[in-house]
Amino acid sequence: MSIFGYKPNGTAWVGLTIVGFFVFLAIFAPWIAPYSQAETVSDTWSPSSSAFWMGTDQIGRDMMSRIIYGARMTIGIALATTILSFLIGTTLGLLASTGGNVIDQILSRIVDIMLSIPLLVFALIILSMFGSSIPTLIITIAILDSTRVFRLARAVSMNIAVLEYVEAAKLRGEGLWWVMTREVLPNVLPPMISEFGLRFCFNFLFVAGLSFLGLGIQPPYADWGGMVRENGKAISFGLAAPLWPAAMIALMTIGVNLIVDWILSINARPSGASAEM
Amino acid sequence: MAADQVLKIRDLRIESISGLVLVNNISLELKRGEVLGLIGESGAGKSTIGIGAMAYTRAGCRITGGVVEIDGVSIRDLSSEGRREMRGHHIAYIAQSAAASFNPAHRIIDQVCEMPIQHGLMKPAEAREWAIELFKALDLPNPETFGERYPHQVSGGQLQRAMTAMAMSCRPDIMVFDEPTTALDVTTQIEVLALIKKIIRDYNTAALYITHDLAVVAQVSDRIMVLRGGNMIEVGDTAQILSAPKDPYTKALVSERKEADHLSSTLDKKREEIILDIKNAVGFYATYKAVNDITLSVAKGETVAVVGESGSGKSSLARLIVGLLPRASGSVKFKGVELSTSLKDRKKDDLRKIQFIYQLPDVALNPRQTIGEIIGRPVEFYFNRSKAEVKQRVAELLRQVGLPEDYAGRLSTQLSGGQKQRICIARALAAEPDLIICDEPTSALDQLVADEILKLLKKLQDDLGVAYLFITHDLGIVRRIAHRTAVMLRGQLVDEGPTTKIFAPPYHEYTENLLASVPELRTDWLESVLTKRGGSKRERQKAAGN
Repeated sequence: MSIFGYKPNGTAWVGLTIVGFFVFLAIFAPWIAPYSQAETVSDTWSPSSSAFWMGTDQIGRDMMSRIIYGARMTIGIALATTILSFLIGTTLGLLASTGGNVIDQILSRIVDIMLSIPLLVFALIILSMFGSSIPTLIITIAILDSTRVFRLARAVSMNIAVLEYVEAAKLRGEGLWWVMTREVLPNVLPPMISEFGLRFCFNFLFVAGLSFLGLGIQPPYADWGGMVRENGKAISFGLAAPLWPAAMIALMTIGVNLIVDWILSINARPSGASAEM
Repeated sequence: MAADQVLKIRDLRIESISGLVLVNNISLELKRGEVLGLIGESGAGKSTIGIGAMAYTRAGCRITGGVVEIDGVSIRDLSSEGRREMRGHHIAYIAQSAAASFNPAHRIIDQVCEMPIQHGLMKPAEAREWAIELFKALDLPNPETFGERYPHQVSGGQLQRAMTAMAMSCRPDIMVFDEPTTALDVTTQIEVLALIKKIIRDYNTAALYITHDLAVVAQVSDRIMVLRGGNMIEVGDTAQILSAPKDPYTKALVSERKEADHLSSTLDKKREEIILDIKNAVGFYATYKAVNDITLSVAKGETVAVVGESGSGKSSLARLIVGLLPRASGSVKFKGVELSTSLKDRKKDDLRKIQFIYQLPDVALNPRQTIGEIIGRPVEFYFNRSKAEVKQRVAELLRQVGLPEDYAGRLSTQLSGGQKQRICIARALAAEPDLIICDEPTSALDQLVADEILKLLKKLQDDLGVAYLFITHDLGIVRRIAHRTAVMLRGQLVDEGPTTKIFAPPYHEYTENLLASVPELRTDWLESVLTKRGGSKRERQKAAGN
């Protein structure tokens, strides 16, 4: 079997399986999960049993159901964030590389200022100012993350923008939008796609991290980072409760990285290397 | 005598990982003091044989058969340690681009001395002395202090000579020259050629000389081997190959090269209406005056060649005309209408009338667009045609440039260099221009392919009456296609007029120098030029001494 004309290797299949499995869980959560995510069904931190495969959490909700619903929330938000951040970052990056020196300088210096403030601190400030609803969360992380995307998009497209076919388009009298979307964009896509996987992983961890700090997804919605925090105390009683969501975070991260590694290796092959990096 | 043979290659076979045969059972022998020229077009396997002689291959290739003996030792049977000992010490390699082969972070002398010290042949002080002696032999300026400079502080020709010094540093028995003068200007090429010849003679080394230019190889080599697609076509004495080639392919190469030495008979043309009129144009790159007071005109249906060495401002002039380089003063009129200084202020129709063809077709075509999109876009953009009309026009344009119509659905990456350049021409024609600016359109192509492109351009001119401003450094091309010639030097126009006048005595001083520097297809050309120049140089030195 091949995907986009390329045959995945062994490790890529492992990654695809993991990610595919989680996406399946996220989409069909209400049908798969044995209990609802907010319903208290047993005692606090009851151990694994045939009724509760992964035991229950700090207020007696079924752990496995919450992990299944959590996949929906965590992966969904990370995906929305990454898509948004790529839309912003790539557009501005291409604009900086093709729109002339003044635009480039203005955009790049704004990004420099944003990058000089640590990401987590920046996010904490904004989320404590505006409160942590899901839209604010997505927009905040997307804007912060788009600075990194901007940097990459600008660097890659700078190399494309000086090539003669771009010059030929400018000589023809084409507008900036055409040059950006038709001449430059198709040629920066391969490295941007592989970066998408990496940024997705990062955003996924960031959402989990914010939830762990209590600023991410708010109860009663389940999300893996928040679940680690809520069940953290169980570890001192020798219980496995926080390890389940933590393991899911680790597994998903590994899965996405395996796929990204594979995409990067396609990109490094002569046939796939269209952008000069 | 067998001991005389320093390099012996038998049935060398090199394949790529994917199984493509790059070098197909090539055998050659090299005696001490002998130079063998390897000639062929790109993809002929010249360079692959050159580095194969060191039992080395580029990434993605491997030697699958054959014997390589250097001084009687079979290098393929040695351990990697043993091979390293042979390379540099017994056989040395001089690459095409010296600029890319030097480490920019180290001084030249340290890089030249590195090899003999590494091989344990000399102590640092000795190596230094020997390097300076080599610099002297290679006629480098201030040989005592030359090595103290960094690679970016010396010129391209000097760097190429420094690289020859580096290869000589271990006194190898065999040197492999891989197009050592291709990246140089013709006037610099002469000096480097002469010194390579001298150093081979003085130190009695054997050499493989790889090049695509027959005239260059004729100057330095004793024998020539013609290669094509990894196969040996013909091998023989230099004189025999030049005067009586046996194989049809060699014949084509020789006759094509000979043609470049004569003026074409069709160059006289009465000038009709002037379409491009440049008056006293001046253009700057930051503070550098790249175009300095140029006055030049192009008439309808005529070819004007702009010649000069690299850095003479030829391309800058082209960029100034199309508006990529803002002009500081002077005027550029097209059909009597003043063109705006910058590209952004020009009208769509002004842009349409002047089209551009680039030197490197690989980067002039978007690899993510199909040929149909590339050629169809100007039709759609300038003439607002419907989809069906665009498709029809694309087919017509493809026919005009001699390509099958079904190429419209392909990507440019699937085409060869010559085909790509044809697409570039089709894209320019799609705008139905009055003038096409050609910036060295054939210099990245193989000789025979370039020849086809030139013929196509000429045919299109006859059919469509389009004018060309043809930028080139190759005087052979000028002789064949240009009605008028403009010679540039350091941003200025030094000579201008009908080609038949420019290329006939009395010459302008610089034009004569340029003309004399173009290698001609005879074995004694280099000697004769050098004796002519040597005389005048000695006189100059005498005058300076007094």
